[in-house]
Amino acid sequence: MENLERYLAEHPFFRDLPPRYLPLIVGCASNVYFDPGEFLFREGQEANAFYLIRHGQVALEINSPSRGPIIIQMLNEGEVAGFSWLIPPYLWRFDARATGLVRATALDGRCLRAKCEADHDLGYELLKRFSTILEERLQSTRLQLLDVYSNPS
Amino acid sequence: MSTLTPPEYPAAVLPSDPMLPRPFRILRARAENADTFTLELEPADRGPALTFAPGQFTMLYIFGVGEVPISISGDPSRPQTLVHTVRAVGAVTRAMRQLKPGDMLGVRGPFGAAWPMEAAAGNDVLLIAGGIGLAPLRPALYSLLAQRDRYGKIALLIGARSPEDLIFRKELEKWRSHLDLDVLVTVDHATGAWRGNVGVVTTLIGRAAFDPMHLTAMLCGPEIMMRFTVQELFKREVPAASLYLSMERNMKCALGFCGHCQWGPEFICLDGPVFRYDRLAPLFGKREV
Amino acid sequence: MEISQSARSLALIERADLQQLLEALQNRGYQTIGPVARDGAIVYDTLASIEDLPAGWTDEQEPGRYRLKRREDRKLFGYVVGPHSWKRFLHPSAIRLWQAKRDADGLRLIPNAEPAPRYAFLGVRACELRAIAVQDRVFLSRKFQEPIYAQRRANTFIVAINCGQAGGTCFCVSMHSGPQAKEGFDLALTEVLEGSRHYFVTEIGSPQGAEVLAQIPHREATPDEQAAAEREIANANAQMGRTMEADGLQALLRRNIEHPQWDKVAERCLNCGNCTMVCPTCFCTTVEDTTDLTGETAERWRHWDSCFTLDFSYIHGGNARSNPAARYRQWITHKLGTWHDQFGESGCVGCGRCITWCPVGIDITEEIAALRRSESASKERTDGES
Repeated sequence: MENLERYLAEHPFFRDLPPRYLPLIVGCASNVYFDPGEFLFREGQEANAFYLIRHGQVALEINSPSRGPIIIQMLNEGEVAGFSWLIPPYLWRFDARATGLVRATALDGRCLRAKCEADHDLGYELLKRFSTILEERLQSTRLQLLDVYSNPS
Repeated sequence: MSTLTPPEYPAAVLPSDPMLPRPFRILRARAENADTFTLELEPADRGPALTFAPGQFTMLYIFGVGEVPISISGDPSRPQTLVHTVRAVGAVTRAMRQLKPGDMLGVRGPFGAAWPMEAAAGNDVLLIAGGIGLAPLRPALYSLLAQRDRYGKIALLIGARSPEDLIFRKELEKWRSHLDLDVLVTVDHATGAWRGNVGVVTTLIGRAAFDPMHLTAMLCGPEIMMRFTVQELFKREVPAASLYLSMERNMKCALGFCGHCQWGPEFICLDGPVFRYDRLAPLFGKREV
Repeated sequence: MEISQSARSLALIERADLQQLLEALQNRGYQTIGPVARDGAIVYDTLASIEDLPAGWTDEQEPGRYRLKRREDRKLFGYVVGPHSWKRFLHPSAIRLWQAKRDADGLRLIPNAEPAPRYAFLGVRACELRAIAVQDRVFLSRKFQEPIYAQRRANTFIVAINCGQAGGTCFCVSMHSGPQAKEGFDLALTEVLEGSRHYFVTEIGSPQGAEVLAQIPHREATPDEQAAAEREIANANAQMGRTMEADGLQALLRRNIEHPQWDKVAERCLNCGNCTMVCPTCFCTTVEDTTDLTGETAERWRHWDSCFTLDFSYIHGGNARSNPAARYRQWITHKLGTWHDQFGESGCVGCGRCITWCPVGIDITEEIAALRRSESASKERTDGES
């Protein structure tokens, strides 16, 4: 338990979190690791967790019948994989694959959702952090969409 | 007259008629990716090598087809071989792609304001390249490495469309092996075999170590990519006067006479192509200026 | 406006002797160029003799209109400026830059070896002197010198004419470029035709001017004759019907890049580019690379270009100024605004040609006035609300 609390406190995602929330969150946390090639989650599955990546790299990809899997984002140490647990219908839109050994702290989505409903201040702290991630992902995605490097001719 | 200090203006050796090209011969031609290639040239008129500063460009003429501005992508300390990396996007550059060793083309230049190598001395340096934008930045990187102890931390951030579009791949490996140079690469999308980063080049900025108060950032790539990158650097409190961009517009003469390259009051061929960001800031927000 | 009292003594050339001025210049190897009437306009072309001048003609100009009309007298220079300017000689509309040959040895570049022509311009107005000075700054004062312009300009002899009347569209007084020729000439003439007396009060502007004057019959002008010349110039001054409020134009245009006025003008502007062709300071060009049928000889030609053409600003993928309003805005903002940033002065000399030769009669003095009015109107509104 002590280790988990430390991992959570140290992860950039929870920077500046008021310390009284840590025990609440730890109750939903567990340490996980993934072997190279293993999937953290699959498209279409129920989204019940998010992962604070402590070591390694996770490829967010989507499979296309003609082109095979296309990687649209790589997530690295210090980053967060998964926000679909927050938003109904709580389903993953992409595959997340460990490209090498990945160590992460997994947070149970159902557990956290219940605690956020009970304590809205906790909910606000989490949403503040996720909205920053969503904004960054949105801007990146928009820039990727623009396909700025394409040959105009 | 603008009161801002213009970027460095290197001295150039020019013929008396600056519209007359010099014949150069192709020594080597190499494909970098599906539409980009590198030409290595030497003078064919027994004249001197073309010396240049990083960020400058030449006008390359293909017999009977036309002339285009192309950034010089070689090592400024080795001017005997004049190197250009070209993307085939139009009639002239497509014709250029057909040229082979021994073929000749016309060269005028060098032209334009250079990357701020002097202003960067004593600072951390960030080179941020998008797509073919790596070509005009490569001479800056060579210069930085040649005088490594004049600068603090140096990081090269590269964005490309996909792994297949990366250029200078062999050199990338060499640069990665430098212990005192940070090289970060990302692509907009990739297939499963790729193990590098995927995401836009702005996502690399957070992974580079630099002191925003003592930084010179040099950006080159599609204009949208440069604007997003500028925003990201502002988020990290880099002042506007520390950012330099290489801009591009239609050019017919590169001498400030044909008028085509004007953007607001700036002649891209004379006042640029390298500009300090604060000089450009009023122009970026205005459409069709 | 004060007419400057020249400290130099002024000379006088009789109308009957003016032909000798022309011959003196021709004998010195100059190609004499001056105004001639052709195709319903007064244009600049080779002047073999004084009799080729459009004596007794004048021009009626208003926005979108130009007509020649007979005068009641036989003044040789009783008109103002037409569709040509002297830039067609100093900065020719089409010229070959070089040839290239492709043979077994590879590529050979062959520069033009023809000597530059030597022109003597007769009849250069004060606004045109200013326009030449403006183009001098464009072509000679920056990092590179334009060799074609430089050579022709160095070979040019200028006989200026002080206007004795204002044109229908000109506004040189507002632009501080006339009506009196102050500098940049070898000789400056003011035509006086009173009763039976027809003469030219002459100011020397350079040592070459003095040399040429010394070769032709002339004498010192009397105070009365000088006064008559001053009355001519005062007449031009007084008649000037158009003004451009030129103060602070650089900042005004910079502030109003997104003003709705540009869309209003775009409803009328045809983007035809006439204004750029007739403007004496417009300098934009393009290059054309061609080969002959054998494919062994290539040429590069330089042609006048206009920022009104759609692909003037083409970069791979499209045109940076695809909206016609943006192209009109580019022209006027450059001419009256950013020209100051680039060259430290205005690009407009107040000759009025763009107003006369615009097919829909767009008047840049009116466009600027409209911008200023709308600024003071919105200022009043916000002041009223506070």
